[in-house]
Amino acid sequence: MRLSSMKWVSAVTLAALFTAGCERPPVEPVQRGYRGTAMGAVYNPRLVEKQAAQNVLPAPLADAPAAGPPVATIYKNVQVLGGLTAPEFTRTMLAITAWVAPKEGCAYCHNVQNMADDGLYTKVVARKMLQMTQAINSQWKDHVQATGVTCYTCHRGNNIPANVWFTDVDNTAKASLGNRAGQNRSTAVINGASLPSDPFTPFLLKAESIGVNGPTALPTGNRHSVKQTEWTFSLMTHMSQGLGVNCTYCHNSRQFADWSQSPPQRVTAWYGIRMARALNNEYMVPLTDVFPAHRKGPLGDVAKTNCATCHQGAYKPLYGQSMLKDYPVFAAPIPVPAVAVPEAAPDAAPADGAAPPASNVSLPVPYASASETRAIPG
Amino acid sequence: MAMLSFERKYRVRGGTLLGGDLFDFWVGPFYVGFFGVTTAFFAILGTALIIYGASLGPTWNIWQINIAPPDISYGLGLAPLREGGLWQIISICALGSFVSWALREVEICRKLGMGYHVPFAFSFAILAYFTLVFVRPVLLGAWGHGFPYGITSHLDWVSNTGYQYLHFHYNPAHMLGVSFFFATTLALSLHGSLILSASNPRKGELVKTAEHENTFFRDIIGYSIGALGIHRLGLFLALSAVFWSAVCIVISGPFWTHGWPEWWSWWLNLPIWGSGGSHG
Repeated sequence: MRLSSMKWVSAVTLAALFTAGCERPPVEPVQRGYRGTAMGAVYNPRLVEKQAAQNVLPAPLADAPAAGPPVATIYKNVQVLGGLTAPEFTRTMLAITAWVAPKEGCAYCHNVQNMADDGLYTKVVARKMLQMTQAINSQWKDHVQATGVTCYTCHRGNNIPANVWFTDVDNTAKASLGNRAGQNRSTAVINGASLPSDPFTPFLLKAESIGVNGPTALPTGNRHSVKQTEWTFSLMTHMSQGLGVNCTYCHNSRQFADWSQSPPQRVTAWYGIRMARALNNEYMVPLTDVFPAHRKGPLGDVAKTNCATCHQGAYKPLYGQSMLKDYPVFAAPIPVPAVAVPEAAPDAAPADGAAPPASNVSLPVPYASASETRAIPG
Repeated sequence: MAMLSFERKYRVRGGTLLGGDLFDFWVGPFYVGFFGVTTAFFAILGTALIIYGASLGPTWNIWQINIAPPDISYGLGLAPLREGGLWQIISICALGSFVSWALREVEICRKLGMGYHVPFAFSFAILAYFTLVFVRPVLLGAWGHGFPYGITSHLDWVSNTGYQYLHFHYNPAHMLGVSFFFATTLALSLHGSLILSASNPRKGELVKTAEHENTFFRDIIGYSIGALGIHRLGLFLALSAVFWSAVCIVISGPFWTHGWPEWWSWWLNLPIWGSGGSHG
């Protein structure tokens, strides 16, 4: 039997299409459950190697001498970091610059003629983000554990973290063939699936119910629809994508809803969902009026966080390497000395609204142990 | 025991692949042959080991008995009996009995002087099992990737393995396999209903012929594949379903480690879409 050349060409083309973008063995499996349950994952070591290169910590700046008066007594309008010594304060500013605005330098946030001036919106945002970072590390230990986060966790040298989201424009707009219910707009954040492309607005901004599974195999009163399930599936797909894991990292798929069958990571993830929602509502949304229009989404909403903002494809951000030990200033709100608050600058942050709890409460920091919070002056 | 019209022809000497005349005999209606002996050996040994494995386990509940493969850490080596070694021996027994049965079918085909369609078709089922329990584990580097032997436990394995790739319905080979499975059941239902209606005429009417059958399908869809053709088509659809099932699992892991939806980014990235369709 002879195949004509046309047949060969089409066969080769088909084979090429079918294997496009495929990977190859050897791969590295990880077992995360009892043998034979298929709880686990298969990783491609060649891709992991590439990813590891993107998760190397920047070298920490040299330690600053701890002695000295609080910086609030030296500089004006230091509302969040006023309790630091001047050298530690400068070291922190240098670190933030390297993490967030390495090209633009101090002038990205500061009026270099008057560093205390709050005229640049970036400075107001940065202050809020400092408070947010301290709040994450002190109030969300259920999610970030002792590892914690710094500006670098999300920013990685970018002015705006690479992974942020805006509310989808016509999420439920009607097309000619009916309501597409937010679906069929593939994006990388949900692994290119045709599921609803913005699961963030309902779940990470609003607090719609995520759980859809019923307690029994057959329907015995569970009224959740397939459509609702697709929204949940989309959020879960994003979580997998954002963490570089699969569904079995947090769930035994024989019964997704049952906590007793789930790996402990699901608990951490549960807090993570609440944390992202709280950060969006308590820190990002209040900044809406501070940001200029070109930083906002098509609906005028502020950039918001999801799982990928910090995780960036890693099961733990930066593979769980902690930067807090080098920068304990971010571990918790630092009491600003009551001695001399030089200028309150009440009109500095116009859109702050009610100040978030983290900024005013001088926390006893119930979570932070002495070993991880270095000598904090003040 | 009554004999069917073709049984005399079936009971002819020769046609064996191994063993010559030694096992060329019948036990009651059953042909034995060398491969009948090996089938019995592997099947009995495997079943006994499953029962032994069940006796080691926590339950005799038929749904919950579970013979699990070894931990991944054993790689492609042997595991202790109670930690997956049983699963390894049972797998060898299963493959031994399946292949023996296929070869026994070959011998019977040779006795009957017919083609090898039946063993050929059965070999696809064996291929699917071989792929699941041997080829894919070898490609992934550990026997622990095989599926466990148990009624619910193997279903749990299927579920979790699917969710390791986020959404298995996006697996292109799974799509083909599922489509062929549906197509084969559709073809069988069309064929079966046609045969039943042709051979069960109304009272007072005669059994219909192939001409009626062809005319029926020419009337409703403009084409009839014919009495021989439908069996070729059925075989093709059924074997394709099994073939693509084997492909869809062997590519999951060894040749793709991410979510299956993501695999389609080559399609979404084709330069034929407007700005709205790009896969960011």
